[in-house]
Amino acid sequence: MKTPQEIFEILKQKFGESVIGFADNKLLEFAIEIAPLAIAEVGYFLRDDSELLFDNLILLSALDDMTGKKVTEEDGSFRFEGGTLSVIYHIESTSSRHKIVLKVVVPKENAEIESVAYVWNHANWEEREAFDMIGIKFLNHPNMIRILMPYNWDAGYPLRKDYKNPEFYEGMKVPY
Amino acid sequence: MSVLKTEEMILNMGPQHPSTHGVLRLELELDGELIIDVKPHVGYLHRCFEKHCEALTYPQIVPYVDRMDYLAAMYNEFGYAVTVERMLGIQVPERVEYIRVIMGEFQRIASHLVAVGTYGLDIGAFTPFLYCFRDRERILSLFEMTCGARLLYNYIWVGGLSHDLHPDFLRLAKEFLPDFKNTLSELNNLLSYNKIFTERTANVGVLPLDTAINYGVTGPNLRASGLKWDLRKDDPYSIYDKFDFDIPVGQGWYGTVGDCWDRYYLRVLEMEQSVKILEQALVQIPDGNISEAIPKRIKPPEGQIYTRVENPRGELGYFIVSKGGLQPHRVKVHAPSFIHLGLLGELCKGHFVADVIAILGSIDIVLGEVDR
Repeated sequence: MKTPQEIFEILKQKFGESVIGFADNKLLEFAIEIAPLAIAEVGYFLRDDSELLFDNLILLSALDDMTGKKVTEEDGSFRFEGGTLSVIYHIESTSSRHKIVLKVVVPKENAEIESVAYVWNHANWEEREAFDMIGIKFLNHPNMIRILMPYNWDAGYPLRKDYKNPEFYEGMKVPY
Repeated sequence: MSVLKTEEMILNMGPQHPSTHGVLRLELELDGELIIDVKPHVGYLHRCFEKHCEALTYPQIVPYVDRMDYLAAMYNEFGYAVTVERMLGIQVPERVEYIRVIMGEFQRIASHLVAVGTYGLDIGAFTPFLYCFRDRERILSLFEMTCGARLLYNYIWVGGLSHDLHPDFLRLAKEFLPDFKNTLSELNNLLSYNKIFTERTANVGVLPLDTAINYGVTGPNLRASGLKWDLRKDDPYSIYDKFDFDIPVGQGWYGTVGDCWDRYYLRVLEMEQSVKILEQALVQIPDGNISEAIPKRIKPPEGQIYTRVENPRGELGYFIVSKGGLQPHRVKVHAPSFIHLGLLGELCKGHFVADVIAILGSIDIVLGEVDR
């Protein structure tokens, strides 16, 4: 069993620049921040290294950090310019019983992250959900399509903080 | 004579198919009777639970979590309450903890009774279903007596409960347990060891342990594949450390470890363990005030937290990000049914069409939780 601090040291030594930092998220969790394009490589290492054996991805969650500049339109609606989105990976080892939190932050304009669906199969659907709800594109994902919303939904990503309901959906007025 | 042309066939199962336990469409790719691939199409019940949470205060979210896994609503509230209490650092009174465990374990039995009963129904055995629902009815009456609702309770609040127990509750609950043990042995004779049932389920849909872990499978489905992993013991919360109970694991009683029969029978064994916990909890429950720890205003500090509990279907986790306001910044739910459904294609490959029903029933999903 290893502490998050020790795992951070191991990762830092192995991957250097790709491991950005040790972020304190207050309350109970510490997260290791990883570069967006290195996450799959780090994932393979964490899963297969004989001392770490992180075989279980507990949860993959995406969120809108709401860090951009708020621009208010004339009709009272608003949107955020710039800002970041982040994806948080909770992973654990069922044999050694240690767990850590990884974090990847990407700018909203260019939200692209390497997929970990081939590392942990569980990520396949979770990444589709993150794409559907927040609009993060996962590179090299086997099937990057919407999952909960209709496949032809073109009104944006509902869990972004500046999401607006469309006026019409398939010719029907919303709210009807 | 010309050669007959053959090709793969696409068959849609659902969205209104009785064995899909809700609104789910499965797109089957068939080679004759053999399954080449199964693609589940979900989202028919999507209600934007996570988006709603961002506009509600913490206590207002409680009735919404009921509506995810509607067969285990008590446990959803339990998990949510534990998460927010950890964010706030609240210690709840002992009586509240006991009542939560009692309600949680009754809910586990009720939920497994539906799972087991409808599984028999899917396979073609009608009678066990009625036996299961008869006993579930008594549990629902106990819930109704406590909080007035039979399915969606809004009972477990952050820091406490909405009502104390009814004066008759403990007596009726204690009367129920011996009767229920009889039901379990009846159920075993009617369904579990039934030759037709075992032939349909043993060695079907085998889930090896490494695949299960890689797909993030949790709860009874993971334990049926042979890993002793139960959050009540492995990541303790509430007062489960005070009770003496075992964690059953799949042993391939009739076939291979991790087949449909193992997943089914593990739920029967878990009900026995829940009875064991209830027998202890109903005797040990102390007196006390159930509402003294309910905070007047819930405003957690800034930060993020992930807490998980052992829901009847698997690991139910809440990931909450707070920016220090009265409303959460983001709520993400680790929904076991959603994850288990993602596995379906892998499990069904190479089986016959009729086995899809057996496999889907054995992983026990609730579509309300898949779509949220």
